[in-house]
Amino acid sequence: MASKYSNLTFKGYRRDNGRVGVRNHVVILPVDDISNAACEAVGNNIKGTLALPHAYGRLQFGADLDLHFRTMIGTGSNPNVAAVVVIGIEPGWTKKIVDGIAETGKPVAGFSIEQNGDLKTIMDASRKAKEFVHYATELQREECSISELWVSTKCGESDTTTGLGSCPTVGNMYDKLLPEGIYGCFGETSEITGAEHIAKARAINPEVGERWYKMWKAYQDEVIEAHKTDDLSESQPTKGNIEGGLTTIEEKALGNLEKIGRTSKYIDILEPAETPKSGNGLYFMDSSSAAAECVTLMAAGGYVIHTFPTGQGNVIGNPIVPVIKISANPRTVRTMGEHIDLDVSGILRREMTIDEAGDALIDMIVRTANGRNTAAEALGHREFVMTKLYRSA
Amino acid sequence: MQIPHLLVHEHKDNVGVVVVEGLTAGTRMLCVVTADNSSFELVAKADVPIGHKVALTDLKAGDTAIKYGEDIGRFVADVEKGGHVHVHNLKTKRW
Repeated sequence: MASKYSNLTFKGYRRDNGRVGVRNHVVILPVDDISNAACEAVGNNIKGTLALPHAYGRLQFGADLDLHFRTMIGTGSNPNVAAVVVIGIEPGWTKKIVDGIAETGKPVAGFSIEQNGDLKTIMDASRKAKEFVHYATELQREECSISELWVSTKCGESDTTTGLGSCPTVGNMYDKLLPEGIYGCFGETSEITGAEHIAKARAINPEVGERWYKMWKAYQDEVIEAHKTDDLSESQPTKGNIEGGLTTIEEKALGNLEKIGRTSKYIDILEPAETPKSGNGLYFMDSSSAAAECVTLMAAGGYVIHTFPTGQGNVIGNPIVPVIKISANPRTVRTMGEHIDLDVSGILRREMTIDEAGDALIDMIVRTANGRNTAAEALGHREFVMTKLYRSA
Repeated sequence: MQIPHLLVHEHKDNVGVVVVEGLTAGTRMLCVVTADNSSFELVAKADVPIGHKVALTDLKAGDTAIKYGEDIGRFVADVEKGGHVHVHNLKTKRW
């Protein structure tokens, strides 16, 4: 059924695999921590490229190594990325990541440092990066339907105003745009604690709900119960959450879940950094509640815009995905307004309805998709943070 | 409509959230229940920062705090109607 949102369009970059991006980055991607220096040198040599240094990639194994590859390949494959130069210490794992990204059809090339040294690697990779910049800068935006957007969400430095204003704003957006065919994603496994009965019931059917509950319970038993030294006070909820008036994890979880609105139901559960395979709709990604880790995982899953409600003012951004900040806290909007893209504090004054706030967010999503830089982009927030499951070998 | 001092999610709730800065003890607060925009008045018994909670009735240690119509934890100290509710008198039932 057509709604007033059905005819919305934006200008995006259509990639060879059919997906649509809203940014056009040429990424210089290190396979491992010791290749960061070469990647940053290439990023410095060739203007218009973006190096993504990170802390891991050596001696990982098992599920942790699988997650590393999934995050690397997913990041390079994200439609906001036009082309990728991959640099690793040795050729084997480098090729694995290059081959994974190449499945999208986008230009990608790998370089390895052993038997070349940093300097030759940097020269060869810089020449390729320059070619990729010429390629990417000739690509044109074209008109795309709103239904082609993949929009993820995660909140941060939450307080009681997020549950009253900014999270319901995101929920209202999902209730309006998921029926139009977008892909959505929420996560933050630990932060559903206290609202797990509600989250389980928001699955599309009982089978998906049971799988969700099993995943949530596994984190409780295998990570929190196994490692906690107290009741997680000041960690979950965080010190900032408590400053903002949130007292317990239950209270935080109930506010968090406002992000999926009144009518939306999730259709499947994703591993961290996994790309959805069950068609359009809302997904839950098993993920940390730490902002940079969570947004990095969702970006690796293929999401191209992130909506981020904040109460006390989390300043996070992501290198390849625009992060739209929404706040209902009038003090935060006043004291750190440069970080906020959408002020919905009118909800607290009863001057703005949730429906109006949802429409304002949809408008901001379209403007961001068309190219408007977010506050986090303008301020240079490029937090790229890998999730590590356990100690390396 | 006058700007409210306190918002309450659901009628079942026994705590509400201060949504103005600089609320002082003795303020006769305009309180709005967001579920249906109904309103009532309540006198604040403490200076309560924006975002922090206020008890809507007299509550005893051992009582359950209700917000969003749901259980958000257990009171560990008595709190009077209009009093400040936070980590000093409310704890999680988890972890």
